[in-house]
This record gives sequence, structure tokens and C-alpha cells, in this order.
Amino acid sequence: MKDKLYEYLLMLGDNSMILGHRLSELCGHGPSLETDIALTNISLDLFGQVRSYFQYAAELKGEATEDSIAFLRFDRDYRNVILVEQPNTDFAHVIGRQFLFDAFHLPLLEQLMKSNDEMIAAIAAKSIKESRYHLRFSSSWVKRLGDGTEESHNRMQEAINHLYPLVSELFRETETEKGMKELGIGADLELIKESFDEKVKTILSEATLEIPAVPSRQTNGKTGIHTEQMGFILAELQYMQRAYPNMQW
Amino acid sequence: MTSVQNKNIDNLLRELTDPEIPVLSIMDMGIVREVETNGKDLFIKITPTYSGCPAMDTIATDIKLKMDAAGYNTTVKLILSPAWTTDWITENGRRELEKYGIASPLDEISDKYALIDGKRIVKCTNCGSTNTKVVSQFGSTACKALFKCEDCLEPFDYFKCLT
Ligand SMILES: [Zn+2]
Repeated sequence: MKDKLYEYLLMLGDNSMILGHRLSELCGHGPSLETDIALTNISLDLFGQVRSYFQYAAELKGEATEDSIAFLRFDRDYRNVILVEQPNTDFAHVIGRQFLFDAFHLPLLEQLMKSNDEMIAAIAAKSIKESRYHLRFSSSWVKRLGDGTEESHNRMQEAINHLYPLVSELFRETETEKGMKELGIGADLELIKESFDEKVKTILSEATLEIPAVPSRQTNGKTGIHTEQMGFILAELQYMQRAYPNMQW
Repeated sequence: MTSVQNKNIDNLLRELTDPEIPVLSIMDMGIVREVETNGKDLFIKITPTYSGCPAMDTIATDIKLKMDAAGYNTTVKLILSPAWTTDWITENGRRELEKYGIASPLDEISDKYALIDGKRIVKCTNCGSTNTKVVSQFGSTACKALFKCEDCLEPFDYFKCLT
């Protein structure tokens, strides 16, 4: 039970951390000052949430710290979905990735606020206030690009087409998620999917975009099977801790 | 807002500010949630404004240094629940924010009108006009949005409502 809970905390934390890392890469490189600041602020919120999850995980595990959990695992030990490790290519991809994650994250946190685990409930109650702003930001950009010029419309649609096959993994329940759901600690992915589908349908339609009829990909990031992207991410993320063990800022 | 029985402790805490908004004391910010004393042992619970707020570690250290220097043996604990809301910023805190050039948070509904629908209701901190426009939903820090006054043309921060 303790091991399962620990693993569940990694799943929650790793999604926020890897997405947060991707967004942090845009610091100083955003397409405009406002979007640059917004994306890095979202990154900061996500890292704040990660710290709460990992501090709790470290307490459970003993002989671990938030830093060792964040920086000293190998790629197979990370539990994030493949969606969040997608690289920052076109701005439409950055926005598409953020929107699809936010549309999942908000109903997830809504459920976790009612978790039997007090600590998870507290972290979720704190995080949801921030994630509402994230979803607002990403939705407004999906609409702005989708319902913008022909060029921005096409690029936003292309990004959605590219990312959408990765969505199914969010809702494919692992043993850990099933166990946590049954104990009333974790979320019910089926219920999240209902709100997710509803939200995505509404926003894409307002953005004059289509939900692509593409087959889903059988990705398994949640059990540690990542794409080649993960190695590059970890190389940058872990470099300082590996080079200077136990360093502090 | 937490009321601190011990006037000496209360005064000391009021001298500490949020490093990102140096005019606002941590008491006016509403982040000090509980203060307990047991002789010279002092227990203080603080709650973060935003989870990623980089100022929290600094604030916790500042509290410990200041109170220890005043002769206490201080323990500072970060708590998450109940989560901080902008309603905990005191009236005095709001005035200080405005003077500093940050528009204070509106109520939840007006906040949405201003940020999403672009309603011109946030008061410019420079000239007082409400002919203002949201430039970006995220400003210099996660807790603020960036606005611009269309009368005096000054840009300013607006402290977003968090409930
Ligand atoms: Zn003005």
C-alpha cells in the first residue's frame, strides 16, 4: 500500500515536473514577452506542485529527499505520460500540449481534492486554483490561433493532429491507479475522461478546429517506457545534481 | 487574518515583508496562519500564496532569523491546507499594494469579467481611471496580471483574485 501510494505520487509529480521542465526551456525564448512570462509562470506553478508531491513521497519512503526523487532516478523510473515529454517545436505545439494537459489536470485535481489521503487532498486544493488559470490561458490561445489566420489555423490543427494520439494514455488505467482509486485515494480516470472530452470538444469547436480521427498510440510512460526525448530531458535536468552531488542553490 | 495574542511577536512579524512585494508585511499578506508559544519556544505556521512561490523559503528563513534573534527558539512549518486566498490580504495590505502600484484583487466574479471578458473595471494605480485593458493574464509573477491604462498609458500589475 505504501509502495503503491509512493508510485502514485510519482505519477502525479512526474507529469507536472516534465511538463514544467519543457516550459522552463522556453524561458527567454517565448515568441513574445507576454507568452514567455506566462509559460514560465505556469512552469513555476507546476514545479511548486511537484515539490509538495515529492516532499510527501520522500517522507513516505524515508532515506529520500525531494531532490533525490526529482534528480536521481533513471528514465525507466519516471512515471510521466508521453504527452508531456513532447518537445517545444512550433508554438502551436506548445499550446496544444498545454491545453490537452490542462483539460486533463483540472478534473483530476477536482477529484483529488476529495481524496481520502489528507495530504493529496491538500496539495490538490492548492494546485487547482493555479491550474484554473493555466487552462484559461491555454484555451484562449487555442481559440486565438485556431480562429485566427489561415496559417495559424492550419498550424494549430496540425499540432492537435500530432498530439491527439497521445491523449489515450492519460486515461489508460495502470495497476497503481486502479489500486489507488479503489482505496478512495486516487482519481477515477473514466470520470475525468468525461470532463476532458466535453472541454476539448467545446474549445476546439469554438476555435473552428476539429478533433482528429486518428488512432491512439499505445504509449506506456506511466510504467516507465519513454520515448528517446526522455534521455535528453534528464541529461539537462539531472546534470547539476550528478556533477555536484547534494549541491544546493 | 490571524490575530497574534503576543504583541511583541506580532510587531516583529509585521516588520517582515514578502521579498517580491517589499511594501507588504507577511501579516497583511495573510500567510501567517498560526502562532503558538510555549515559554521561549515559538511555533509558526505559514502557507504559500502560490505553490511555486520562490519567496516562501526566504520568508521562512527570515522569520526564523528574526524571531531567534529576539530570543525565541523558533520552528516554522509550511502548511498547505486550507489553501491561501486573496481574501486573506488585509484592508491595510490592499492600500499598501495600491500605493506601490499594484491594483488589489477584485472579487471573484469581477475578476473574471476583467480578465476573461476584458471588462474595463480594474482601476489604474497611477490615475485612477478604469479605462484599463488586460495585456497579459500573467505578469511579473504568477500572482499578477499585466494591465495597461488607456487614459494615462501607464502599464501596471493587477493582483489576481485567488479563491
Ligand atoms: Zn491611468
